[in-house]
Amino acid sequence: MFEPTELNRRNHTRQKLVSILFGLLTCLLVLPVLTILSVLVYKGGPTISLEFLFSAPTDGMTAGGIFPALIGTIWLVAVALIFSVPLGVATAIYLSEYASDNWLTRLINLAIINLAGVPSIVHALFGLGAFVIFAGFGTSILAASLTLGIMTLPVVIVSTRESLQAVPVEFRQACWGMGATRWQTIRKVVLPNATSGILTGIILEVSRTAGETAPIMFTGAAFFLPFLPQGVLDQTMAMSLHLFVVSTQVPGVPEELPYSVALVLVSMVLIMNTASIVLRSYVRGQKKW
Amino acid sequence: MVDPSVAVAVQDLTISYEGEIALQVDSLEIRRNEIFGIIGPAGSGKTSFLNAINRMDEFKESMIVKGSINFDGLEVGEVQNTYALRKRIGVVFPLPVGLPLSIYENVALSPRLSGVKRKQDLDDIVERCLIRAALWDEVKDRLNQLGSLLSGGQQQRLTIARALSQDPELLLLDEFSIAVDPVTTMRIEDVLKELKSEMTVVLVTNLVQQVRRIADRTGFFLNGELVEMRDTEELFTGTVMDQRTRDYVEGRFG
Repeated sequence: MFEPTELNRRNHTRQKLVSILFGLLTCLLVLPVLTILSVLVYKGGPTISLEFLFSAPTDGMTAGGIFPALIGTIWLVAVALIFSVPLGVATAIYLSEYASDNWLTRLINLAIINLAGVPSIVHALFGLGAFVIFAGFGTSILAASLTLGIMTLPVVIVSTRESLQAVPVEFRQACWGMGATRWQTIRKVVLPNATSGILTGIILEVSRTAGETAPIMFTGAAFFLPFLPQGVLDQTMAMSLHLFVVSTQVPGVPEELPYSVALVLVSMVLIMNTASIVLRSYVRGQKKW
Repeated sequence: MVDPSVAVAVQDLTISYEGEIALQVDSLEIRRNEIFGIIGPAGSGKTSFLNAINRMDEFKESMIVKGSINFDGLEVGEVQNTYALRKRIGVVFPLPVGLPLSIYENVALSPRLSGVKRKQDLDDIVERCLIRAALWDEVKDRLNQLGSLLSGGQQQRLTIARALSQDPELLLLDEFSIAVDPVTTMRIEDVLKELKSEMTVVLVTNLVQQVRRIADRTGFFLNGELVEMRDTEELFTGTVMDQRTRDYVEGRFG
């Protein structure tokens, strides 16, 4: 008959305690998210209507809707993606599939990591200097989106590179062995199996970009514009800046208005995140090897 | 001067990784339409040898190849378009690799990459190669299923079908039976015996009995050195041979 020793028993108890403790800590993590969401829904929910979403602010931004800001954010994110996705994916493909491990590659990697660590306000000032003034784009969607794009580049690069490296090296060897060039191998085997991961990374990036405030403040976002942007050289309103403005800059704003704006912004982000989770789980189900 | 009966001629070959010599061969000839077996314990340089023949060193920065490997009158070390070279050389790796494509596309990939476009031509190639790799009967009704989901033995035959789809002049097999059951191994061995009428086969293996079954001539590699190379039968009947070869063949080490 098996009798656990004293040590066995003590280890068992300790293991149970640790699992309970860490489990509780994990549950605590959910609290802030739930609190934020419920406060936003409670305070800002009632004022949200189709009219709120689809009309412009009125009465010195103390009433009306958020339509120009909503559209503006979509513009900013879309243009930023047009810039950062091709560049980021190409860089990641180069780093993962072509580059050899030498001082130059290491320097590039270091640059990418550091770029990710630059505070967004510094990006904002860089964007102001480089795109608004030096390149002469003025305060415009183009300048703001380029600034956002540069800010998001490192994340696109890193997530893409990780997706590419998740494709087993044996697949590449098999392709090379049959005389495929590196590019043919990437196009036929590596990319098709990394696309889902790359997309997931990009969607998460979109949700982050949508919420950024500092980088667009000096480069293209306006406090208030009564009309929608007509092209990339126009200024635009944006959700994040609008939230900042109605919370702190405009007198006489009804208490629930900032909450409503915040709720819409958070919902946009949550919808994007959910999309990426759904995509990822769909892809896991499709796993091909 | 190239002897037409020789498919691969090796002279003064040295393969090293960061200064560590992995293989040194003074002279070795693989004849056309033979199965050339290579046996030897792990780390004896067998795989490096195969990688040198089809210039896979290009993808391994640390691998340095010196000396001459002449394939069909072509100095492989001097080949600029290594992709064209690799098209003429089929490879099968130790572990079966079904690419995450359909069974059909696994076999059609290489012809597609070399510009075959007509559906009918591709169909013919796929069918022919799968039949020759002894896989056709098992998969003909589900060619659209993923190749990477086949069983290990089937995937290895798929890999061979893929190598055949290149219509290679030289087929390199690196311990193909390592992840394959004995019955499948026998089937593949039969396939190889048929194939040698059309191509030259280099068979690297851990199984001494495998070379005895199918290789015409065999080289024994040990610690980065070609100890001995002769008709396979002579290795086992024990005419003149190096004591180390005898020990290995008779299972006293390795």
